[in-house]
Amino acid sequence: MSTRLSIAGLSFGYPGRTVGTDVTFALEAGEILCLLGPNGGGKTTLFRTILGLVPALAGTVAIDGADIVHWNARRRALAMGYVPQSGGGSFAFTVRDIVLMGRSAHRGTFAPPASEDYDAADAAMERLGILDRADRDWLRISGGERQLALIARALAQEPRVMILDEPTANLDFGNQVRVMEQVRGLARAGLAVLFSTHHPEQAFAAASRVAMLHQGRLARIGTPDEVITEDGMRLVYGIDVEVVAVAGIKVCLPLDWR
Amino acid sequence: MPRPRRRSDARATAAFLGALAVLAVLGILALQVGAYPVTPSELWAVLSGRAHGINATVIYAIRGPRILGAMLVGAALSSAGAAYQSLFRNPLVSPDILGVSSGAALGAVLGILLGLPVGAIEVASFAGGIAAMALVYGVAVAIRGHDPLMGSGVALVKFLADPENQLPAITFWLLGSLASFNRSDLMALAPPVAIGLVPLVLLRWRLDVMTLGDEEARALGVEVALLRLGIVASATLMTAAAVSVSGVVGWIGLVVPHLARLIVGPAFRRLLPLTAVLGAAFLLAVDTLARNAGGVEVPLGVLTAVLGTPVFLWLMAAARRVGS
Repeated sequence: MSTRLSIAGLSFGYPGRTVGTDVTFALEAGEILCLLGPNGGGKTTLFRTILGLVPALAGTVAIDGADIVHWNARRRALAMGYVPQSGGGSFAFTVRDIVLMGRSAHRGTFAPPASEDYDAADAAMERLGILDRADRDWLRISGGERQLALIARALAQEPRVMILDEPTANLDFGNQVRVMEQVRGLARAGLAVLFSTHHPEQAFAAASRVAMLHQGRLARIGTPDEVITEDGMRLVYGIDVEVVAVAGIKVCLPLDWR
Repeated sequence: MPRPRRRSDARATAAFLGALAVLAVLGILALQVGAYPVTPSELWAVLSGRAHGINATVIYAIRGPRILGAMLVGAALSSAGAAYQSLFRNPLVSPDILGVSSGAALGAVLGILLGLPVGAIEVASFAGGIAAMALVYGVAVAIRGHDPLMGSGVALVKFLADPENQLPAITFWLLGSLASFNRSDLMALAPPVAIGLVPLVLLRWRLDVMTLGDEEARALGVEVALLRLGIVASATLMTAAAVSVSGVVGWIGLVVPHLARLIVGPAFRRLLPLTAVLGAAFLLAVDTLARNAGGVEVPLGVLTAVLGTPVFLWLMAAARRVGS
């Protein structure tokens, strides 16, 4: 195991408005870190800062030990893949065209995709089970298919770190399960995976570690069992839950539901 | 391993060749009709170099340059419109809406007002177009409709113009016209259009990524700011060059890319060639109509608006049906 991504003393936000401070954690190859936190709590801003889409206010982001602050967009993209909450734009590209865009960092500014780029895109779609959707119109596939295609696009990018922002938001139950299975597959393939969610059971099912973002700080970080507790859920979400095991898998049951 | 050709590629090629054929037929027809009609056999005699009389003069000195000019202006405005639409992720922007055309017009109108020679008027128009885009770009009000500043500038110049000589020229020109287009205009128009087109062709794959928006494009490894600057400069150069010889011809930069996108989709490698050829054919048809319908020339801008509005409404309805 080697440390892929290390975040040290990271403060993030926008000029005049600090969203989070002093975030420190490390992520190894093959590991899945799940980020929990309330709506508007800064999860997306933290991801954008790690990706270099907004400058960090303080602290460092390092990949394989190298500070990436001076890396250009292409070098970052070769190291980190990003699956935004909703993406792909609003033009009627084919799914293959969208996935192929994941190869942008692998070719020159003026160069058309080479056949290995097409192969990488097709292989990524096949892996996510959407190759039969390759020629479909982006605006006419389901939300679940789009999410899988965005993961395929990030996979075609061949990064070492994969960052997914609420990959199961707006998906039906079946697609949530399918997408989470793919997230686990990414880690099995050796990627360091960082994802956010609002479903603690996804953390129990998929994550090797869980971090809780509360009032701009990482309030808790550790194994799912250590972090997702009655106490932790009350702190971050302000609700009382009971953590119960069902068929060996833990879930959070809100007390109000009983 | 060679890529298997995909159905969408075959369809794009067919559409492009079809549009090219339409353009060729329109060009041959346009060479024949006008105040001094030329029959097909006379035209053939001229084109094959066997005739040198008045027919040859009409074809080579008057009608030919104007037809090529209409094609180039149409291709330039449409291509620029397609680039702006991809770049600003908004199918409703076009050179005229972005204020580039108005800016170029303001520059040219000032040139007319100051009694500058034709070459200087073109330079002024260029500068006006670039300045307008810089302004729009700088203030980042790109997609919010007409830039009021340019409009009021043109209005002020109209107020100052000599009503006997300058004002009719200015007004007619603001509505768009190729009536006085000649060979030297063609020489002035072709190089900047070609220079502006080259980056759009080279950046066709990157333009697709730009439609995703800045964040996503950057996360995919694209240097957004530099790219946008290059694309805006190219499209603005083409627009300013077109406006400097033809005046303000609205609608075409909005409608033609839409039509092309409905046929071949948004991928710029397919969109750009079809847009350019359809734009050339559209403006050639409109200009031929302008110089043949009625006793006086109808301004191009009036015709493109009359033709463009219903086409645009139909396109919007069609786009809604296919869900794009």
